[in-house]
Amino acid sequence: MTKQIMFLQGNEACVEGALYAGVEFFAGYPITPSTEIAEQLSGRLPERGGKFIQMEDEIASMCAIIGASLTGKKVMTATSGPGFSLKQEAIGYACMAEIPCVIANVQRGGPSTGNPTHVSQGDINQARWGTHGDHNIIALTASNHQDVFSITVDAFNMAETYRTPVILLLDEAVGHLREKLILPEKGELPIVDRLRTSVPKGVDYHPYLPREDGRLPMSDFGGDHRYNVTGLFHDMWGFPSNNPKVVNELLRHLVDKIDNNIRAITRYKEHYMEGAEYILLSYGSSARSAIHLAQNRRAKGEKIGVLELQSIWPFPSELVREKCAGAKAVLVVEMNMGQVMAQVKMAVDEPGKIFLANRIDGKLITPSDIKQLLRVIQGRGV
Amino acid sequence: MAVTDYLRERFFPHMWCPGCGHGTVLNSLLRAIEELGLNKNNIVMTSGIGCSARISGYVDFHSLHTIHGRALAFATGVKLSKPGLKLLVPMGDGDALAIGGNHFIHAARRNIDITAIIMNNRIYGMTGGQFSPLSGPGKKATTAPYLTIDREFDIVELAKAAGATFVARSTTYHAKESIEFLKKAIDHKGFSVVEILSQCPTHYGRKNKEGDAPQMLENYRNNTAKIGSKALADDPSLIARGIFVDVERPEYCQEYDQIIERAMKE
Repeated sequence: MTKQIMFLQGNEACVEGALYAGVEFFAGYPITPSTEIAEQLSGRLPERGGKFIQMEDEIASMCAIIGASLTGKKVMTATSGPGFSLKQEAIGYACMAEIPCVIANVQRGGPSTGNPTHVSQGDINQARWGTHGDHNIIALTASNHQDVFSITVDAFNMAETYRTPVILLLDEAVGHLREKLILPEKGELPIVDRLRTSVPKGVDYHPYLPREDGRLPMSDFGGDHRYNVTGLFHDMWGFPSNNPKVVNELLRHLVDKIDNNIRAITRYKEHYMEGAEYILLSYGSSARSAIHLAQNRRAKGEKIGVLELQSIWPFPSELVREKCAGAKAVLVVEMNMGQVMAQVKMAVDEPGKIFLANRIDGKLITPSDIKQLLRVIQGRGV
Repeated sequence: MAVTDYLRERFFPHMWCPGCGHGTVLNSLLRAIEELGLNKNNIVMTSGIGCSARISGYVDFHSLHTIHGRALAFATGVKLSKPGLKLLVPMGDGDALAIGGNHFIHAARRNIDITAIIMNNRIYGMTGGQFSPLSGPGKKATTAPYLTIDREFDIVELAKAAGATFVARSTTYHAKESIEFLKKAIDHKGFSVVEILSQCPTHYGRKNKEGDAPQMLENYRNNTAKIGSKALADDPSLIARGIFVDVERPEYCQEYDQIIERAMKE
């Protein structure tokens, strides 16, 4: 059987990945540059019996997908900068109540209304700490459409596995770029379905009592088990509690369930990394320019490689330390004021070797932007 | 079934103050559900934040205690993804008409089959007695030491204008009437709104010299009248009680099912 090859936008690749993963419910509000995801799903979901709703605002969209997830559906919303800000309180609710959901944030320039039609990677820290209070989160990203597709599938799988919101940190350049996607066949990529409780009707079901492996089997709203879901600290029945032991254990559980699985969650790619003396550490659309530069310099005999991160949170500190250990210098290539660079500096043994190659003017960072800094670091002049 | 069969008794005593009207609303609501003979597994109660919102923890339904003002948005997600479920959304002043006002008018506009129960006590009780968009002018509150100047919303008029297809108002004094209104609202196919005036003696009554709970209940008896009654005609300053709207219009989830049918054909 010949594979289906598509030519599409990154936002559309995300839609294809979501459908492959089994998305059944989408709620959203129009916002540049993520709108195509909502537009596409408004047509694609009802074709297969799924539901799409355009809500009255960004907050309502986030709330609606959480409600839908509790009925057993795989759910998603998509947004960008200002909308991502508005969704934060409800994202925190999904963290606290442990409700699987996927939030695509196609990044644009900020703060505020910022630069709506231009690229940025400025929401790295907001993805991690946008909602208040201690919590944990998974954030994934990708630089090309094949990877956007598969990382979207991963996002749904991780949301179900860890019962958590997963942020898809795409960006305007990848979202609006058109390129090839080879559609994986059914079964080619693993799909994680909702883990449902085996507790029979009439037996006390504890919605917030983790199994030995840390996972929490769910029961759909409308099913045999009636339980409480709340954003307050809660006991194993989901009933509000401010008992210090309950509060302490729940917060640690919310943080640990992700941190303890960082190896399983971490996604990355290596390009030209064999014996690399200089490493370009990048992600999303910035990584495209980094890869282009490394490819060119390798052809000229320079030992330059690219470590491309596809999972940003939890930050893969151990991986970064290990991969960057032997390098003469590491250039973090990103389109913000050094949000991932700060993480890299904390991860490595010699933070003095870490440099920022950034661009923040709404234009995609180019290979020559990176090359200019690289030449200075290499002592080869400007 | 006895009314207590609808309660999660292990989570009692409840956290409401002595004399609070919210327990009376809960009582009316459970009796309405009992008389309708609804299956507990088919009911989802979604609430926001505040004294009123705590109702959802006490009832033995699927319960979703969410964030301030957004209960109707969560409920919309539950309802659209599983239209067979009955959605009950108890809300206070802030949930329904301040922080949640936008969701209220849009749920009404969509005519999605959800029952909103607004417990109007004209005050923010849980945070200690700040004025609400239902307080009205000339009231005392912890954030209005020199009296309020804000005008209040008329929930009935707002719900009507926004497109709700069932709108009723009663009080905690008229608990039996509330049961009837709630039964009709829950049975209604579309967005239904039941406003129940519910006394807050602790924060509203005390500050505004309206007396204790029995006195506030007396006031509900004396200051309200049924729509169409002679009492109301004689004294239009009375607050009208009754069913103001009960009409049929296409319901959102049913309309969406037709979209699915169309999409699957093409």
